[in-house]
Amino acid sequence: MSGERARTGALPITAEQPTTGALPITAEQPTTGTLPSTAEQLIRAAAPTPVLEIRGLRLAFQGEERRTVALDGIDLVIAPGEAVGVVGETGCGKTVTGLAAMRLLPASARLTADVLQFDGRDLLTLDDGALRRIRGAEVAMIFQNPTSAFNPVFTIGAQMADVLAAHDRERGDAARERIRIVMASVGMPDVERVMRAYPHQLSGGMLQRAMIATALLCRPRLIIADEPTTALDVTIAAQILALLRRLQLDEGFSVMLITHDLGVVRRVCDRVAVLYAGRVVESATTEALFAAPQHPYTRGLLAAVPRTSASSGPLQTIPGSVPTDIGSITGCAFAPRCPVVQDRCRAEAPWLRDLEPARAAACHFPGVSVVSA
Amino acid sequence: MTRFLAQRLGGSVIVLLGLSVITFLLARVVPSNAAAVFIGPRARPDDIARVTEQLGLNRPLPVQYVTYMSQMLTGDWGISIGTKRPVLGEILSRLPATLELIVAAMLIAIPLGLLLGIMSARRPGSISDVGVRVVTLIGVSLPAFFLGLILQLIFFRGLDLLPLAGRIDSDLRFTAPILPVTGFLTVDALLGLNAHGFLDVMWHLVLPALTLAAYPIGLIARMTRASMLETMSRDYVRTARAYGIGERRIHGRLALRNALLPVLTIIGLVLAYSLTGTFFVEVVFNWPGLGTLAVKSILNVDYPAIMGITLFGAAFYLLVNLVVDVLQAWLDPRIRLA
Amino acid sequence: MAIAEAAGEQLARRRAPFPMRAFVRDPLAIIGSVIVLLLIVLAVLGPIIAPYPGARGTGQIDVPSAYLPPSLSHFFGTDELGRDVFSRVILGARPALVVSVLVVGFAMLIGVPLGAIAGYRRGRIDGLIMRTTDLFLAFPPLLLAMVIVAALGPGLEHAAIALIISWWPWYTRIARAVTVSLREQPFVDAARAIGVRDMTIIRRHIVPNSLSPLVVQATVDVGTVILAAGSLAFIGLGARPPQPDWGLMVADGRSVILDQWWVSTFPGLAIFVTVLAFNLVGDVLLRVLDPRHGR
Repeated sequence: MSGERARTGALPITAEQPTTGALPITAEQPTTGTLPSTAEQLIRAAAPTPVLEIRGLRLAFQGEERRTVALDGIDLVIAPGEAVGVVGETGCGKTVTGLAAMRLLPASARLTADVLQFDGRDLLTLDDGALRRIRGAEVAMIFQNPTSAFNPVFTIGAQMADVLAAHDRERGDAARERIRIVMASVGMPDVERVMRAYPHQLSGGMLQRAMIATALLCRPRLIIADEPTTALDVTIAAQILALLRRLQLDEGFSVMLITHDLGVVRRVCDRVAVLYAGRVVESATTEALFAAPQHPYTRGLLAAVPRTSASSGPLQTIPGSVPTDIGSITGCAFAPRCPVVQDRCRAEAPWLRDLEPARAAACHFPGVSVVSA
Repeated sequence: MTRFLAQRLGGSVIVLLGLSVITFLLARVVPSNAAAVFIGPRARPDDIARVTEQLGLNRPLPVQYVTYMSQMLTGDWGISIGTKRPVLGEILSRLPATLELIVAAMLIAIPLGLLLGIMSARRPGSISDVGVRVVTLIGVSLPAFFLGLILQLIFFRGLDLLPLAGRIDSDLRFTAPILPVTGFLTVDALLGLNAHGFLDVMWHLVLPALTLAAYPIGLIARMTRASMLETMSRDYVRTARAYGIGERRIHGRLALRNALLPVLTIIGLVLAYSLTGTFFVEVVFNWPGLGTLAVKSILNVDYPAIMGITLFGAAFYLLVNLVVDVLQAWLDPRIRLA
Repeated sequence: MAIAEAAGEQLARRRAPFPMRAFVRDPLAIIGSVIVLLLIVLAVLGPIIAPYPGARGTGQIDVPSAYLPPSLSHFFGTDELGRDVFSRVILGARPALVVSVLVVGFAMLIGVPLGAIAGYRRGRIDGLIMRTTDLFLAFPPLLLAMVIVAALGPGLEHAAIALIISWWPWYTRIARAVTVSLREQPFVDAARAIGVRDMTIIRRHIVPNSLSPLVVQATVDVGTVILAAGSLAFIGLGARPPQPDWGLMVADGRSVILDQWWVSTFPGLAIFVTVLAFNLVGDVLLRVLDPRHGR
């Protein structure tokens, strides 16, 4: 039962238990994941190659005594020019998903996937040299803490020139010129001074701009941003997000935005994937997700956002806490905390099913907001 | 940066003063009768009284201290009981021999230690890593005096390859004498274009320098390894990897620059260790330096000499630490441009 | 008050359990521990195990058998008085270990409380204690000990006193650093908020949690002190004849090292192996107790 995922059906076939605000569930067509159905092949032929395609990504860390499961089957597809938000609480595996996409995990990581492809290329079989050529040039990562992400004993300009040199791009004066151009495009004030400066001399906001500039140097197809604004002040964060969105729309690269902040997602992303306990539990366009969340967890997250209106009432929380040992869960991982949990949920883990085109949820009872008597 | 320098300098002077007080107290207060010690075993009561008056030993301690310190500042460091010669002169005449030994040892230890440390950090857990760790562990566990003896046994008695002791073959004083210019025999031999002398001096330097270098090599290698491993786990190394920078460049340049900063402190420590380390090496190899003078003075309870050497040694130690701190501050842009 | 104390106890006991399994699996740790245990056995049973202990436990004098090379009856040969070197090396384990443990023990007894107080109280007391510590640490290693022995006169006890005075500042520094970092921890604030007295906090909460770096340092220091005491004895500032001190034995055999190599070599090896063992154990303890110093 586990490990099989429903394939993208073209149209809903039957409607099951209609409930309030629920969407019809397609008939499940479980496959092994390696042989696409005819429908799948047709769809694939029509659509452009996704920049990033992840299916069935599983990740565990092998310690000296224990094996810790971090990801239990991630499905994620990012189309060219699309900004996808990866949302979840701390510990749900969103950061390692980003690292896995760049094959940047430590030696103790045990990574398996049905599909892990960048631009149609299989990341699992590429050798170190090929991976190195992709990193920073075609896929670039922006880290959470810009202050520690830069090397303290080298100037910003030197570090950026290093990236260009590593990918056999411009050197010397040409490199400096390219850096200036990119810095200007991220709105960096006083470019010359910043290039000659050391990281500790710059503010968090400026460093994050520098980080974005570094990411843009080689014109990547995908930028993975791991909590890019968590360490910044609110006003600076807003600027950085606006910058990121503008650049994305101008240059046309895709973005994987990893964050715990739904507000951020709303401003920058076209689509959202919600992670819980190492799995994607809901995936939809930003609008659709915020308008009508289908998974109880997503609903809980949205409800928990504090509102500033006068009649907001007490703060909503999701009772309980994120499970720590993902590998040993039977049934739905969210069951202990779910307000509409049923017996079936504890016994059988729901997999990510399409409810509509471009809309999926991993729930036996999506859209249910009250427990039926 | 200059403020930092001034602060450190000021601090060092204060510490030196404090050390002088401690040493002075040890020399004057602890022995029951300093005058009697000064004269020697056959001191008679009226001799003791005379010497006490002469040396000002019956005046209040603070006065004695001030007198002593002011004398030191003018260059009068007292007369050695053992040699009856001025202490400062004795120290300065023996200093080049010791310095030459220390420099030779450091020239071996620093590059070798750094290299071993970097090498073993490249592939932690590998055979070369374990090998380096074993070797360095042995280096820091071997007593210097024991190592010296063993080396003498192997290379002199066993292989008849290297000289037993001393700085230079005594015959050379007649066949190819080295004119003393700096006191550093290697330099003087080169200055006098004395190839034979130069080679002989180098030959004599090998065993003592190796003996002195063993502990520093071990310590530097271990610290470098630890520092490299720590640096390699930092965020900016991950960033470099994420941007496709090659492992060799990361290891050899990006990480190394950061890892070397704490290693600099260790090099200072190691230089200071070698100051007292030379005591034992010089004794084993009959090296005519400060070490043999110090040991002789201590055994003879030659207080003026002991005080002079102690303060000299302490000042040297403080100077080395100061230089290391300044160097470290200068190399770290976070401090240099604060 | 009892409830407050109990709550404090709970918080303090959050230390991680000792990872025995990781420790046991490391071959270097095993070798080091075995040697240390051997040393302890020799220290305790020395006079009984040694083949030629002699009347006073310093080796059986037998002048006609002087300078015999190693053989089946004398594993390590004999020295200038015909004493069995093997026996003397065994007999030397006890004074070496006893002196070194006492030195480290007293140095900690003086240094750790001073460091804890300095780190906890901060302000003027901190300044005073740390200035003094820095002063003592400003002496080049062993030089202070030598000067003290010079002032007091040679002998094992004086050497021990000199070493204690040289060593306590290291523990003050470590204790202070740990205290300062622990002081920032929430459970200390909690204890103070409940009203627990300062000295009690230091005693019950800070000291147990700071044991880890202190234990590592102390373990390595036992070896280092044996080395230092041996070095002092070598130049004539430590133990006096006829004590079976390893450093003294090396010095005694030095005049004949080139021909009767065994007289100096085996005691020297004893020092080396001992220091190595303690360094090994300390090294592994460091890796096991402080996960930041990874493989």
